[in-house]
Amino acid sequence: MSNYVTLEYDVLVIGAGGAGLRSAIEASAAGVRVGLICKSLLGKAHTVMAEGGMAAALANVDDRDNWKVHFADTMRGGQYVNNWRMAELHAKEAPDRVRELEAWGAVFDRTADGRILQRNFGGHRYPRLAHVGDRTGLELIRTLQDHGIHQGIEVHMEHTIVTLLKESDRVVGAFGYDRERGRFKVFKARAIVLATGGIGRAYRITSNSWEYTGDGQSLAYHAGAELVDMEFVQFHPTGMIWPPSVMGILVTEGVRGEGGILHNKEGKRFMFAGIPDAYKSQTANNPEEGWRYTQGDKNARRPPELLTRDHVARCIIEEVKAGRGSPHGGVFLDIAWIKEKIPNAAEHIKKKLPSMYHQFMQLANLDITKEPMEVGPTTHYIMGGVRVDAETQMSNVPGLFAAGEVAAGLHGSNRLGGNSLSDLLVFGKRAGEFAAQFSKESNSGQISDAQVEGAAREALEPFERAAKATANAEGPYQVQYDLQETMQNLVGIVRREEEMVRALDELHKLSVRAKQVIVYGHREYNPGWHTAIDLKHLLTVSEAITRAALARKESRGGHFRDDFPNKDSGEGKMNIVLRKEADGSMHVSREEIPEMPPDLERIIEEMK
Amino acid sequence: MKTAVFKIWRGDANGGDFSEFATEISEGMVVLDAVHAIQAQQANDLACRWNCKAGKCGSCSAEINGVPKLMCMTRLDAIPLDKPITLEPMRAFPSVRDLVTDVSWNFRVKKKIKKFKPRPPDAPDGTWRISQADIDRVQEFRKCIECFLCQDVCHVLRDHHLQEEFIGPRYLVFAAALEMHPLDTEDRLSELKQAGGIGYCNITKCCTKVCPENITITDNAIIPLKERVVDEFYDPLGKLLKLFRPKT
Ligand SMILES: Cc1cc2nc3c(=O)[nH]c(=O)nc-3n(C[C@H](O)[C@H](O)[C@H](O)COP(=O)(O)OP(=O)(O)OC[C@H]3O[C@@H](n4cnc5c(N)ncnc54)[C@H](O)[C@@H]3O)c2cc1C
Ligand code: SF4
Ligand code: SF4
Ligand code: FES
Repeated sequence: MSNYVTLEYDVLVIGAGGAGLRSAIEASAAGVRVGLICKSLLGKAHTVMAEGGMAAALANVDDRDNWKVHFADTMRGGQYVNNWRMAELHAKEAPDRVRELEAWGAVFDRTADGRILQRNFGGHRYPRLAHVGDRTGLELIRTLQDHGIHQGIEVHMEHTIVTLLKESDRVVGAFGYDRERGRFKVFKARAIVLATGGIGRAYRITSNSWEYTGDGQSLAYHAGAELVDMEFVQFHPTGMIWPPSVMGILVTEGVRGEGGILHNKEGKRFMFAGIPDAYKSQTANNPEEGWRYTQGDKNARRPPELLTRDHVARCIIEEVKAGRGSPHGGVFLDIAWIKEKIPNAAEHIKKKLPSMYHQFMQLANLDITKEPMEVGPTTHYIMGGVRVDAETQMSNVPGLFAAGEVAAGLHGSNRLGGNSLSDLLVFGKRAGEFAAQFSKESNSGQISDAQVEGAAREALEPFERAAKATANAEGPYQVQYDLQETMQNLVGIVRREEEMVRALDELHKLSVRAKQVIVYGHREYNPGWHTAIDLKHLLTVSEAITRAALARKESRGGHFRDDFPNKDSGEGKMNIVLRKEADGSMHVSREEIPEMPPDLERIIEEMK
Repeated sequence: MKTAVFKIWRGDANGGDFSEFATEISEGMVVLDAVHAIQAQQANDLACRWNCKAGKCGSCSAEINGVPKLMCMTRLDAIPLDKPITLEPMRAFPSVRDLVTDVSWNFRVKKKIKKFKPRPPDAPDGTWRISQADIDRVQEFRKCIECFLCQDVCHVLRDHHLQEEFIGPRYLVFAAALEMHPLDTEDRLSELKQAGGIGYCNITKCCTKVCPENITITDNAIIPLKERVVDEFYDPLGKLLKLFRPKT
């Protein structure tokens, strides 16, 4: 055995956001030993930032809602390249997962008759998002955290996994370091759940934190797991754009759900033009009807501001390109206008959107109850990720499971708002359950010293290079900036072949530079070192996004190509799958989406 | 471009000192942006915690010119720039490195507080009916982002080091959220009096002043909890009456 501290678990969960916590709770409830690892402190994972709510067809506000409508909405939103079985399971199980949270202490906003209140969100036909003001993610993560700490789960905070360890085909452990001391550790496990979240840091403008460097997607890929749908990155239409230091920070869709409208510098509500055909019958054709919808009128249709995110983001870009944007290159999002409609509007806004009020007041000196906000698209979410089995969440690598944002399938080409938090719960639970089962049926594997030593050596190279560095050696930050700039400019919201080919070339050069970066100082809590290690993951996911985006020759959901601006029915039957070849190169293949069973097909037809 | 000078404490558990860094600043910048710029350009290994950069995760707590604040929510145009801005870690906690402190004590304290225990569901489908008015107060407490700034500023912990006897304002808020939860049936009052040391708080309200979530820690959480403790332990008649009144 290697000399590093070695810990042994039945199930090791990597990531302590909603998906990881929910998995760990489920696995420990099955009576196995569970270890939980996260890069930050417990309770600080990205999930804490989610604002608007979690989608579940509870039918508390509109009794016409049920799992079938939710299923059809999710498939329509994802433009039918979703894993339909996941969409079905999600729609059916989300209500129980939300109720369970209440039994664990969550305190959701209430309806007049005392049930969980639900709000409107883009792409959801009925008010469906259980929420707590605009801090739903905090409520979710805190509830799971406070429940989980009494379940006997061993938590390792501020630990980062740098590689997965395998024995022939199967995963048997993970290797990482603790931030505080920089010591390496080996985690031996019979089953591993990846719940590491997304990739937003591959782009310059993003709503995501430093943690989102695509670690899970990359760890899985290098361990032999397939990635799917990586071309589908969600650019959220409303990020802050001014002042520069807050660029990208999210402005929740809840603002539009509460009646906020988008207009250009001429004061025109541009979203009424160009409503896609698939949504025409469900969308209001005048402002009055849209307003009534946001106020709960069941006979009204949703305003076009609440169309899916991909569409809204592109409309904003078009306004800006046509010279009708706001002073800092976005458009206006106005919630203050509702004072024309309701008394005490300012109080109402502060009550419904407290953290948005706070965020703009403090960061932009702007009172959203009085003035419109300036907003523009920001990289927000990745629909693609580790390809998993719908029921169990296991990847093609035995013993390796994935849940939450790092896994793919549920959302297809575009995720509906609110469907992520419910995804974390539904599939976090499933991953925990099946990982526990897998661990009970497997022996503990054998960790290879050579793998461990190799990973340790690689991780320490930046320090060694620093010892013999020449004057022009560079640190990791510049490489990270250049990568973000490349992805932002060449594989962003609007894509075309030549640019993406150029991106691949740039990424190749960046990977050469990444292998030469140097880091000074020592191993204790050294962010320069951490950034250097993360570069490998960022490069892997950036390449995956670019290759998948090149392969999909059409526009669909989050993936928009200037050179193929329309949907293509042939492409729409395919998933793009990525795999690591023996020679280390990235293999791209196209796989036909399995046919949907007739009962699900019928639901979709009925809901059209 | 304007520049600002920062005096940042650098060191670890064995001690340290301030280092000066000058960095360019632009409109709307917050302290955390400046720290990131310094980290990227001048001191790659400068340690600090952060996640959301929007006041939502409670990671970036520090003392800015001696005042406990979130670095990501403190704008540079709200601080005088004519003299260096000092940045220090939270001083009530042991140092790890630079701006990072060992806050693990907080996580241990939380684990000792009895967990939520709901009454049986109100409806056959396993759900409850609760009115919004009954949860407004609890929702205020549940806004807490666990930044531990209130723990940092509380003199019982910071100056008197009574970590073994006193759980601090954060966990009094946490306990209040449980005690005032309309569904909860657990009793934590004797715990609060003994292991929680609620008596140590002498209502200086320093905690309330630094809370970035504007939770009225003292008036809404600590004082009502103190009253409950008094009711329970020093007022037998009140306790008897309480048996006949629903939990609020
Ligand atoms: C601002 C914002 C608002 C949002 N609002 C909503 C909303 O209203 N509704 C909704 O449904 N969705 C929303 N989303 C999306 C949703 O919040 C995320 O998709 C979701 O929280 C992801 O959860 P997760 O459990 O998959 O991962 P996360 O919560 O991101 O957790 C990832 C975990 O993995 C750990 N980790 C990562 N890499 C490693 C590694 N190498 N080693 C060890 N640990 C690692 C991290 O430390 C972290 O603990 C929002 C997202 C953002 C950014
Ligand atoms: S009011 Fe009590 S808890 Fe708050 S800082 Fe003062 S002594 Fe500490
Ligand atoms: S109560 Fe306020 S100051 Fe204390 S930890 Fe919570 S958010 Fe921070
Ligand atoms: S970084 Fe999250 S609160 Fe400052």
